[in-house]
Amino acid sequence: MSTIPDDQLDRPGGSAWTSKHLLGLEDLSSGEITAILDQAAEFKRCSLESNTKLDLLSGTVVANLFFEPSTRTRTSFSLAAKRLSADTIDFTASGSSLSKGETFIDTARNIEAMGASLVVMRHKSPGAPHLLARRVGAAVLNAGDGTHEHPTQALLDLFTIREKRGSFEGLTVTLVGDILHSRVARSNIWGLKKLGARVIVCGPSTLIPPRIEELGVEVSHRLDDVLAETDCINLLRIQFERQRGAFFPSIREYTHFYGMNAQRLKAARDDVMILAPGPINRGVELTPEVADGPHSVILDQVTNGLAVRMACLYLLHERLRTGVGQ
Amino acid sequence: MTTTVIRGGRVIDPVEGRDEIADLWMVDGVFAEPVPGQVDRELDAEGMIVCPGFVETQAKLQESGWEEGETIATATAAAVAGGVTSLACLPETEPVVDNRAAVEFIRRQAERTGSCHVFPLGAVTKNRDGEELAEIGQLVEGGAVALTDGKRPIANAEIMRRGLEYSSMFGRRIFDHPQVPELSAGGVMHEGLYSTLLGLRGIPAAAEEILVARDVALAEMTGGSVHLMTISTAASVGLVRRARERGVDVTASVTPHHLVLTDAELQTFDSNCKVDPPLRSREHIEAMMEGLADGTIEAICSDHRPVPIEEKDLELDAAPFGIVGLETMLPLCVRALIDSERLEWPQLIGLLTSGPAHVLGIDRGSLVQGQVADVVVIDPDAEWSIDPSQFRSQCRNSPFGGWQVRGRVEVVFVAGDKAYSREGDA
Repeated sequence: MSTIPDDQLDRPGGSAWTSKHLLGLEDLSSGEITAILDQAAEFKRCSLESNTKLDLLSGTVVANLFFEPSTRTRTSFSLAAKRLSADTIDFTASGSSLSKGETFIDTARNIEAMGASLVVMRHKSPGAPHLLARRVGAAVLNAGDGTHEHPTQALLDLFTIREKRGSFEGLTVTLVGDILHSRVARSNIWGLKKLGARVIVCGPSTLIPPRIEELGVEVSHRLDDVLAETDCINLLRIQFERQRGAFFPSIREYTHFYGMNAQRLKAARDDVMILAPGPINRGVELTPEVADGPHSVILDQVTNGLAVRMACLYLLHERLRTGVGQ
Repeated sequence: MTTTVIRGGRVIDPVEGRDEIADLWMVDGVFAEPVPGQVDRELDAEGMIVCPGFVETQAKLQESGWEEGETIATATAAAVAGGVTSLACLPETEPVVDNRAAVEFIRRQAERTGSCHVFPLGAVTKNRDGEELAEIGQLVEGGAVALTDGKRPIANAEIMRRGLEYSSMFGRRIFDHPQVPELSAGGVMHEGLYSTLLGLRGIPAAAEEILVARDVALAEMTGGSVHLMTISTAASVGLVRRARERGVDVTASVTPHHLVLTDAELQTFDSNCKVDPPLRSREHIEAMMEGLADGTIEAICSDHRPVPIEEKDLELDAAPFGIVGLETMLPLCVRALIDSERLEWPQLIGLLTSGPAHVLGIDRGSLVQGQVADVVVIDPDAEWSIDPSQFRSQCRNSPFGGWQVRGRVEVVFVAGDKAYSREGDA
């Protein structure tokens, strides 16, 4: 592993990025989203593909505060920070803030006092990172706030689609499954709409939140009806842990109507792209042959997630360092 | 004999239909005829509105059990600063006001430390658990003016039915917080566009409307008296309007914050906007305004719920519901109802005085001679800025900090004595 000097790095994203925090895609302009994607493409090329560590955040402390269980997002952020030569602090806790005797804001301020200037936070309550952003000097990066937003997941989905298709114009993306409890769905809707895609949300009526059409999406309850017009299918995970009570009668019935299997793949477009944010429930949202088949980009998403998170950390760091937009 | 005259104000008494420039006389703590001879105290009220002291139908006082949040002393000090001279307090204390001793404790403590009249509300069910009736008769004998389980809805229809039947024997009203628990469980805001946007669990309007409809039906069947606490939806207003037209003894209240804020406020994730019932959308506010204008809704109440900052200043899911409301009630009503030209001052005064007094069944809320001389003197044109750090309440959980408002409480008399003066000479 080697490092490349700062001046040999292309910085396509630098000038368009002005936000201090990354809290959600609702707040971003299409220019800012594109800035992240362009920067991520650059990192993918000059770091991930050549297995090169970049000397861009050395001396910077990145804190990963995960107040809700996570393996892949936490690992991805941690590695992204290390690839940029930052020092990292990983803090994991679960349970409500009060049961631990310390609020997450106090925890974050303690970590900030140790020198962290970038705070990556996952929390089970919507708005928790927004609250934190008002209380700390550090830049806050939302790694998922309850059922609200998960901006980096949506950005890596956007990156993966753009990488394969080049553009969002004329593209139809269908988000399938539990839209009600999905932060991935909300962030994807904002991002896809801002970049010009057509978005369909498809799931049982109990899992489609009210007035979602007002976000500019179309609603379908039958996956079979929309397969033929869909370019990209994003299969959202059934959030067993967020569901109180019965939103659908059984897993078997869910899979019958919404599971992606070989038969549905035949009815889909020849070049259909299958995305899933993971962790996937094999046999529920999709069968193994679909997950592991040629249309699946699930593992590309994981690699791209690293590039996107590097880009987010880097742009927030640059914004802090230069004070642009202040 | 002690004589006080408030001179030259616009005297408004909704009960007598009075609205005139006049002097108001108080002798030995009650309203009286002008008395010739010596005047002990005199107040010039030119340009001011002089009206009965406000009556609050539901405040959470926290004493006993959570005195770190508020005491009877601090809540009543906040009350008079907001123009409230009679305060009904919810039985949401520890222990619960479900027995005679607890009611008497509140009355004694209010006499010892309070700045205004305090009227305890007793629990409908033991420990507010919704399972067995509390000793309603003895609560009433101890001084409870009405019965309620506070913010815990009386979910069991059988209990509500028997409660209405039983309390009607004592001529007391049952206050219910209308919300079906199964539909509101875990909810933090109104279910609608913004809950979808924010990923926050919603409380649908129907959760309220179902219990409003049920309570109306049970009041009609039993002949009992029911009060629907702080309704917030358009259909609730319609249900109450039609029930009252049929002669059902049902009353309803709304809060000022439900009139000036919508569910869009939650976009800031400010937990001071987390209230129960939740802030609703524009069309619901419109219906509440109509209900206030046509008399369907009889009372405006602050729904004062102090929450210490360490408990409130959290993520929305974890923060408790509530706004500390006594000290901002008047200017918010002015903004919502007078500035918008929905109501005239006498109507608004009625909603803050005689209306809530009728809901509580207490002899207050008018300037009729012989009645206890509770008066508020209002400067209707004073413009000021709300500053929660100046609240007399022990808590600061208000989303209205920094708001520029109009209409200010200047002087308050409780039983003929000056209990509050903005200039600090009370």
